[in-house]
Amino acid sequence: MSAVQPMTAPVTDTRLIAAFRFGTGLPLPPGAPETPAAMHAALSGPDTAAAAFPAPRTTEVLIATATAFEARRASRKPGEGATMAADGMMDGGGMGGGGMGGEKEARAVIDTLRLDGARAQIARALDAHDGFRERLVRFWADHFTVRNRLGLDAALPGAFVEDAIRPNIGGRFADLLRAATLHPAMLAYLDQVSSVGPNSLLGLRRGRGLNENLARELIELHTLGVGAPYTQQDVRELAALLTGLGVDGFSGTVFRPTWAEPGDETVLGTTYGGAGMEPIDAVLADLAVRPETADHIARKLAVHFVADDPDPGLVADLAAVFRDTGGDLPSVHRALAEHPDAWAAPLTKMRQPLDYLVAALRALGVTGAEVAALPRGPMRRHVILPMSRMGQPWQAPRGPDGWPEGADAWVTPQLLAARIEWALETPKRLVPDLPEPVDLARRALGPLAAGRVEWAAARAETRAEGVALVLAARAFQWR
Amino acid sequence: MTRRGFLAGLGAAGCSAAAFPWLSTVTLAGAPGGVLGNNRLVVVILRGALDGLDLVQPLGDPDFAAARPSLGTGEGTHDLDGFFGLHARMGALMPLWAAGELAFVHAASTPYRDKRSHFDGQDLLEAGTGMDVPIGFRKEGWLNRMLQAVPGLAAETAFAVGREAMPLLSGRAPTLSWAPEQRLPLSAQGRLLLEHLYHDDALFREAAEGAMALSTGTEGTDDDADGAESMAAGAPGEGMEAPASGRVADVDALAAFAAERLRAETRIATFSLSGWDTHRGQATTLVAPLQRLERIVLRLRGDLGADVWGRTVLVAMTEFGRTVRENGSRGTDHGTGGTVLLAGGALRGGRVLGRWPGLDEAALYDRRDLMPTSDVRLWAAGAMRGLFGLDAGVLAGAVFPGLDAADGLPDFLL
Repeated sequence: MSAVQPMTAPVTDTRLIAAFRFGTGLPLPPGAPETPAAMHAALSGPDTAAAAFPAPRTTEVLIATATAFEARRASRKPGEGATMAADGMMDGGGMGGGGMGGEKEARAVIDTLRLDGARAQIARALDAHDGFRERLVRFWADHFTVRNRLGLDAALPGAFVEDAIRPNIGGRFADLLRAATLHPAMLAYLDQVSSVGPNSLLGLRRGRGLNENLARELIELHTLGVGAPYTQQDVRELAALLTGLGVDGFSGTVFRPTWAEPGDETVLGTTYGGAGMEPIDAVLADLAVRPETADHIARKLAVHFVADDPDPGLVADLAAVFRDTGGDLPSVHRALAEHPDAWAAPLTKMRQPLDYLVAALRALGVTGAEVAALPRGPMRRHVILPMSRMGQPWQAPRGPDGWPEGADAWVTPQLLAARIEWALETPKRLVPDLPEPVDLARRALGPLAAGRVEWAAARAETRAEGVALVLAARAFQWR
Repeated sequence: MTRRGFLAGLGAAGCSAAAFPWLSTVTLAGAPGGVLGNNRLVVVILRGALDGLDLVQPLGDPDFAAARPSLGTGEGTHDLDGFFGLHARMGALMPLWAAGELAFVHAASTPYRDKRSHFDGQDLLEAGTGMDVPIGFRKEGWLNRMLQAVPGLAAETAFAVGREAMPLLSGRAPTLSWAPEQRLPLSAQGRLLLEHLYHDDALFREAAEGAMALSTGTEGTDDDADGAESMAAGAPGEGMEAPASGRVADVDALAAFAAERLRAETRIATFSLSGWDTHRGQATTLVAPLQRLERIVLRLRGDLGADVWGRTVLVAMTEFGRTVRENGSRGTDHGTGGTVLLAGGALRGGRVLGRWPGLDEAALYDRRDLMPTSDVRLWAAGAMRGLFGLDAGVLAGAVFPGLDAADGLPDFLL
């Protein structure tokens, strides 16, 4: 695959940068911030989009999930298949079966919750006047990737974003880290629910031991980064320190003293003692403000928002703000939005499928309320299935490192064909009166429409194909 | 095989060779097929955990019938070797068995144990690693690592076919993927305009050219309204038990597309079949996936033609087996030791391979599952060594790290 060719046209239009680099596409809604100061002010204000389009919350999802597991267990005797046993909700087996009675109903509830979460997320991105908030929520949700590993836990990732990520992007990184780490979805996804201190009561009685998965990703992905100076011993000690954290099916995260490894643990040179949640809170607070964490987060932000290979000066500036403020996220986000590089660098980042669909829907004039009201079938046909085909199955990246940033991961014959097919087939089903293609080009691309895109849009044989060409255009894929 | 030959194979007459810059990395070795030679490997991932004990029934085992009183065990089976019988609905494969073009491996598994999660099991099956790498964070698939071990390969050497992501083939080595049902219903004018839009961006230009070439002649097969969503999307009630590669027409299109590629420059094709998660009513629910598997083997054999089929081995593997005893809903639950299906004209088949551990309760894994007696990776490694002459040390190292090949790799090819 060849190297990505940056867009060579100089980018001077601030609306374009606000909408493409920091937002969810053109046209900007009335009153949308177009300057760094206005973006910061909007972020500091109330989360109006979340209020306008509520999404399922963790409590509700946990109850539905636990109910579904119970129903399945009841339908499968004798004691095989899925369970939400005392050792954690993920220790069950099955995900199949057509379902009888209660299980089938519970399954339908889970499916509805999952789709409701998707509807809300897209509706917010369409209507939000501070698109930067929506983009930051997605960035941090990707940084703390979780996904479901069975079938009945499919609504948990959405609840995780809603409760662990979204309310915490306006605080300190330490608070976000704690909320993400302790959410049931994370504990389940990274196997904390099956990690037992070898010398704990349960460990001694049943011969069970540590699972290092969460400890490793906490250091390697969520805080210090893989290149930082830590050792396997640090991972092991952190895993021992985290024992006791678990998930109770109905009530969520719990601390189980009988699972916790006794004694002190030493992580990155600091010894943690005490009982219960105390050492866990302490180590998370320390990891959150390490200088390596500042560098890691700064680089990830720059890569996601500006360029796959960002200017080292930009990364250094963001890292300095992170360090100097003890990881105050509004300060870091503001530094990113104010940085001259972020307004001068060419648009070389690929819109991931979700960004792409949102930008296309926005350009077509589809409103948040319309998406929120989409029935199950059209929601799946027009949004969920196409995202899978474009390579981004809903909230289900392959690994805990999240979605790939590089454009070449998204532009293969198969994945590009899925975008073009969507651009051809879906707009006419969602928008009864398709826009005139040249008008659409100007609305969706602003100054980037002039030249090739307008030329091609004007020459399409049909309106539907003209619309498709605008939405398939290279200029519409970059941000 | 020349570049022109590849284009002809794509059915893309009218496209010039220059239109395929993604072929520019091709090392056109003198031999047909380039550095991998002229043999073909097809890897099928059976997502959802195939019940190998129903596919290849150990009718001679004294404990088998009692473990499965209501699954239709033994009814209408096709005798394989006096001990094992093939499932009644797979009879069309018996001529292949007689010809030595079909074999099975019983009681094979990955190193995955105990948690019996489809996602984790498939992750490990496709990563080809041991349990020492954290689940969910295995960046490359074993088939891709195999390609990395062979310098000078082109992207079209290996094709992932279908909508389902194939982590097996993902990694640094360039490969191609396409779903035969993917449509690109642009008019001729629309294609020209799109080419114009992508003209100055090599990444988009090349991807679109590939898409246009690959979608030729495959339009109009996809009217999927509310059907298959990738298992990876993880919705309840979808995925494992939903026939993602569902209809017979899809299976035929998949086989035809894979065969077309394999007759040209492609040497490795991989795809997945789902629907194997038979927790309930297995006597009924297993029939459709079995028949899709049977059909794809037969269609590949027909579409490849005798010469290419004679150089082909198909390996169908699944993330784990299922419980020996049936459950309370006339199905089976997630188990451990599983079954590999091998087919192809390059096979020395007509045998059930692997060591049979027995079904006595003391012989079971965890007193419930078929005890694994071989690593499923050994059989894939054996196929790759036999087909491509790859070094056993590379296969048991870079490709399958941690694979115990102390007793040598199995040799089951002609």
